[in-house]
Amino acid sequence: MPATPAGKNQKRTVSKLKELGMGVVHDVAKTKSPAIDIPLRTLSNTTFNEGKRIIEMGSDKQQRFFFNVGMVKKFTETFFLASKCKELIDVGKTTSLRDLFYMAKPDFERASKEEYEQEESDAITEDLEVTVDSLREELNLFASNRGALVGELTLVDQGDTIDGRRMGSGGWSIPSIVEPNIVQFGRCDAKFILLVEKDAVWRRFNEDKFWKQHKCILVHGQGQPPRGVRRLLYRMVNELRLPLYVFVDNDPWGYYIYSVVKQGSINLAYESRRMAVPNAKFLGLSSFDREKYGLDLSVTMKLKDEDVGRAKQILSYPWFQKKEWQREIKKMLSEGRKLELEALSNKGISFVTEEYLPGKIRNKEWLD
Amino acid sequence: MDLESTPLFDRKSSPPPSPSKAQAAPTAPPAAPAARAARSPVATPGKAKKGDAAPPPAPSTPAAPASPTNGTSAPGAPATESALAAPAAPVFRTTAAAMASKQREISVSEFFAKNRHLLGFDNPRKALLTAVKEAVDNSLDACEEAGILPEISVTLQETAEDRFRMIVQDNGPGIVKQQIPKVFGKLLYGSKFHRLKMSRGQQGIGISAAGMYGQLTTGKPVAITSRVGPGKPAHYFEIHLDTARNQPEIQKETDIDWAPPHGTRVEIELAGRYQRGRASVDDYLFQTAIANPHVTIHYKMPDGQTADYERATNQLPREPKEIKPHPYGVELGVLIKMLVMTKSRNLRGFLTSEFCRVSGRVADEIVAAAELRESQSPRNISRDEADKLHKAMQKAKIMAPPTECISPIGEDLIEAGLRKVIKADFYATVSRPPVVYRGNPFLVEAGIAYGGDLPMDELVRLVRYANRVPLLYQQSACATTEGVLAIDWKNYELQQSRSALPTGPAVLMVHIASVWVPFTSESKEAVADYPEIEKEIKLALQECGRKLASYLRKKQHLQYELKRRSIFAAYAGILAKSIEALTGVKKERIEADLDRIAKKDMPELSEPPAGSAAEAGDAATPEEAGAAAAPNANGGDA
Repeated sequence: MPATPAGKNQKRTVSKLKELGMGVVHDVAKTKSPAIDIPLRTLSNTTFNEGKRIIEMGSDKQQRFFFNVGMVKKFTETFFLASKCKELIDVGKTTSLRDLFYMAKPDFERASKEEYEQEESDAITEDLEVTVDSLREELNLFASNRGALVGELTLVDQGDTIDGRRMGSGGWSIPSIVEPNIVQFGRCDAKFILLVEKDAVWRRFNEDKFWKQHKCILVHGQGQPPRGVRRLLYRMVNELRLPLYVFVDNDPWGYYIYSVVKQGSINLAYESRRMAVPNAKFLGLSSFDREKYGLDLSVTMKLKDEDVGRAKQILSYPWFQKKEWQREIKKMLSEGRKLELEALSNKGISFVTEEYLPGKIRNKEWLD
Repeated sequence: MDLESTPLFDRKSSPPPSPSKAQAAPTAPPAAPAARAARSPVATPGKAKKGDAAPPPAPSTPAAPASPTNGTSAPGAPATESALAAPAAPVFRTTAAAMASKQREISVSEFFAKNRHLLGFDNPRKALLTAVKEAVDNSLDACEEAGILPEISVTLQETAEDRFRMIVQDNGPGIVKQQIPKVFGKLLYGSKFHRLKMSRGQQGIGISAAGMYGQLTTGKPVAITSRVGPGKPAHYFEIHLDTARNQPEIQKETDIDWAPPHGTRVEIELAGRYQRGRASVDDYLFQTAIANPHVTIHYKMPDGQTADYERATNQLPREPKEIKPHPYGVELGVLIKMLVMTKSRNLRGFLTSEFCRVSGRVADEIVAAAELRESQSPRNISRDEADKLHKAMQKAKIMAPPTECISPIGEDLIEAGLRKVIKADFYATVSRPPVVYRGNPFLVEAGIAYGGDLPMDELVRLVRYANRVPLLYQQSACATTEGVLAIDWKNYELQQSRSALPTGPAVLMVHIASVWVPFTSESKEAVADYPEIEKEIKLALQECGRKLASYLRKKQHLQYELKRRSIFAAYAGILAKSIEALTGVKKERIEADLDRIAKKDMPELSEPPAGSAAEAGDAATPEEAGAAAAPNANGGDA
C-alpha cells in the first residue's frame, strides 16, 4: 500500500497532467508547434474579489511554445516536472523540490550546456500548479516543514494518530502536505484557533498551557506561514468551523502576514480559494495597544525606511481600505514606532496569556 | 626628354666692376650675384625638380673665389654690414665668364647617379625591390605585347653581406642583338614613354637604372642573355653603363648555348638588403600574382626557399590599344611641342590627325573659337596663338576619349588571382566601366577575399595596384586608402574604428588602370586623390562591400538557424521522454513529429517576444517581490 495513497483530488490532478501531455501529442501530430497556456501570475492579473474577500487570479494567460528559442527550455521543464509528478502520484510517494531539481539537472545541463539553477525549477513548479489547477501538495511535492501545532485537537497524520494535547513542548511539526489524504481530523474540543507569528511567543503560550485554559488550537507559522500551515488553517476553519485569530508583531510585516492569511497572496493568488481565510481576525498587536496598556515608549523601536514604505503600500491595498484599518496603519506611521510581541513581557511574563489575549477575545477587540 | 643646360642669365651680364680695392658705389647690389650663383644651373627634366636638393655637379660655388677681381681685400667692413645697408662697393667673388667656363652639360646618368632616390634606390631594401620590379615589369609587358603567356623566374642569391645577385628570366619575345646594349646600357631609352596606352613601364625609369645602380654599388656589369626565336642564336652580353656619356659599354659579347626557345635573362649584382614583410620582394611577387592571374612566377629566395605562383588562367589580358591624346588632357607646353613636331600642313589637319575625337567639324569650331585660320601652318603658330588654341580646345565640346587604351583585369580574373594566393571562404570582385578624368580614360576594379585563414582581429590588408603594378609604399597618402577609409564598413558587417581601416579577416584589392595614372609624387608610390577617381574607388568598394554583407548575413542567419536547430534537438529528446511518461505515447513518435515541425519554418521560430519578462513566474512586481521575498527564503513556501 503506497505511503501516500492518492486522494480523490489527485485523480483529478493526474487526469489534468495527462491532458497536458496529450495536448502536445495532438499538436505535433498535426505538425503544429506545441504550446501550452499558462495563467499569468502577475499583479496585473490579480484582483481582489470583494464578495469573497479573497485575492483571485484573473484569466490572463501566456502561451508558451516549444519552438521558441527563449521558451524552449521552460516548456520542456514544465513537461519534465509534470511527468515526474505523475510518477510520484502513481507510486504514492512524495518528493522535495530539491530532489526534483537534481532529477532535472543532468538532462537539462546537457541540453543547454549551462549550469542549471534551483530557482528555475521552483518557478516551473508554480507554473505547473497553476496550469493544471492543482496544489503543489496535490502534485506530491513537499517543502520543508515549518510551523507547529498544539491544542484541543486529535488528528491522523499519514496513518499515525496525533493528539495535540500531548505534543510536549515542541508541538506537532506541521508538514508541508496536509491534504485530506494525508491529514484527517479527529476529535476537536477547541473553540477557536490562535495563530501566533513567532515560535518563541508560541512556546510561552504552550508553556502556560494557554490552549488548555482557553480551549483552543495554538499554531505558529514561524513568521510568514508556509503553505502547509495556511492550508491546514483553511481546512480547520472550514471543516471544524472554528474562528481564527491572528496575533502578530506591531509592524508592517505583521500586517502583511495577517493579510496573506486572510486574503491570500499575489504570488499564489490562484491558491487563495484553497488557503485564504477571509474571516480571520486581527487581535494584535495594534498600534493603539501601547498607550492602551500603558507600555513605555522605550519598548518600541523606530520604524525603518523600508518599514515606512511597506506600511504605505499596505495602506493602499484594497482590503485595507476599511476605516479601522486606515486608522490603524496611519497611527503606526504617525507614531513612527513598531513593537514586538515579546515587548509585552515588560508588563509581566504572563501578561499576554493571562490578561492581554483573554481580554481581547472576550471583548471582541479585534480588527477584521 | 630634353636636358638642356640653361645659362645662368637670360641676357649678357654686365662685366664686373674695376678691380679697385676701394669699392665705393656698387653698380649692382652685392646680394644679387651671390643669390644667383646659388641656383642650380640645371633645368631639371619633367617632374624631377627635387634635383635641386643635391649638390649640382658642375658649377662653381660662390665660396671659392677664383678671379683676381674678387674684392676680398676689404672683407671686414662692407661684408659684415647687412646686405641691405648703404651700398658698399660690390664684392664679386667670381665673374659670370668664369662661372660660365665651368658649366657643362650634365648627362642623364650622372644626374640620376646622384639622385638615386628618384628612381627608387634610396635604401638597400628598396633598391633590391626596385631592381626586381623593373625587370619583372619589363618581362610582363614584353610577353603580353608579344602574346605570350608569361612565365617568369626570379632568383635572389646573397653573394656577400648586403650584396645580392638578382636573376630574372622570362619566356618573352627576347630582344634583338643590336638593341640589347641600348636597352640595358642607356638610361631613358625605351618605347613606352611616348605611347598613350596603359603599361607598367611608365612607372619606372627602366631596367638600365637598376643596372647602373648595381654597377655603382658593386662594380659588376649587367649580364644579359636573350634569344628571339627557336633556331636563332642566344646572345650573351655583359654591359657597363658609361654614366658620363649615357652610353653602353660592351664588356663582353658572345653567342652561347641556352635552352629556352625564346626569352630574356637579366643578372644584376647589387648592394641591397633582403627582408620579408611589407614592401618586400616577396610581397611584390605575391601581389603581382594576384593582379596577373595569367602569369606563372617561380621565386627562389636567398635562403633557398621557393614560392611558386602558377597561373590561374590561360587567357591573356586584352591588349590595350594606343590612342591619340585627347584635347582636354594636353597641357600647353605639350601642345606647343606637338605643333612644332607635327607633319600636318595646316591647323585643321593638325587637330584632326593628332588628337582623338576631333572631327572636321570640331576642328573648325576650335579654330574659330581661337580666332585663328584653319589653313595656318602649325609650325608658324606663335606662343600667344597657341595659348588661345589651347583654351579653345578646353572649352570645346568634345566626346570622351575611347577607352580601348586601358584594359581591365576583369572580375573573373581578379577572383582567380585572389583565389590563387589567398585561402579565403568568400570572394567578391567588381570591375567598373571606364570613366574619363581630364581627358584621360581610367577605370577602377576592386576585390575582397574574406574568411578562411585570414586573421580575425587585425586590420584588413589593403593591396593597391596602378596598371597592374603593385603599389607598395605610402599607403596612407594613396587615394585608394582614402577611398577605403571614406566608407563606413560597419554597413558591410565589418568592424571599424573611426578613421581607420576596417578590422576583420579580409584582403581588399583595388586596381586603377589608366593611360596616365596621377601619382602624388614622382616616386609613383601613391595615387593622387582626384574627385573622379575617389568616386570610382568608393563605388567599386561599396559594390564589393554589398556582396560581402550579403554573404555574411546569410552565413550568420545560417549559423543562427543551426544553433536553433541544435537547441530544439537537444530539448526534444527530454520532451519526448516526458510525454511518453505522461501519456504512454511512444517517445520516438513524438521526436519524429517534432523533427518534422522543426524542418518546417515556423513563425514562432524566432527570438523570444519582446517583454518576455512577462513570462509567468518572473513578473512579480517590485512591491510584491519585496514583500514576498522574505517568506520565500525558506524552502519556497509562501
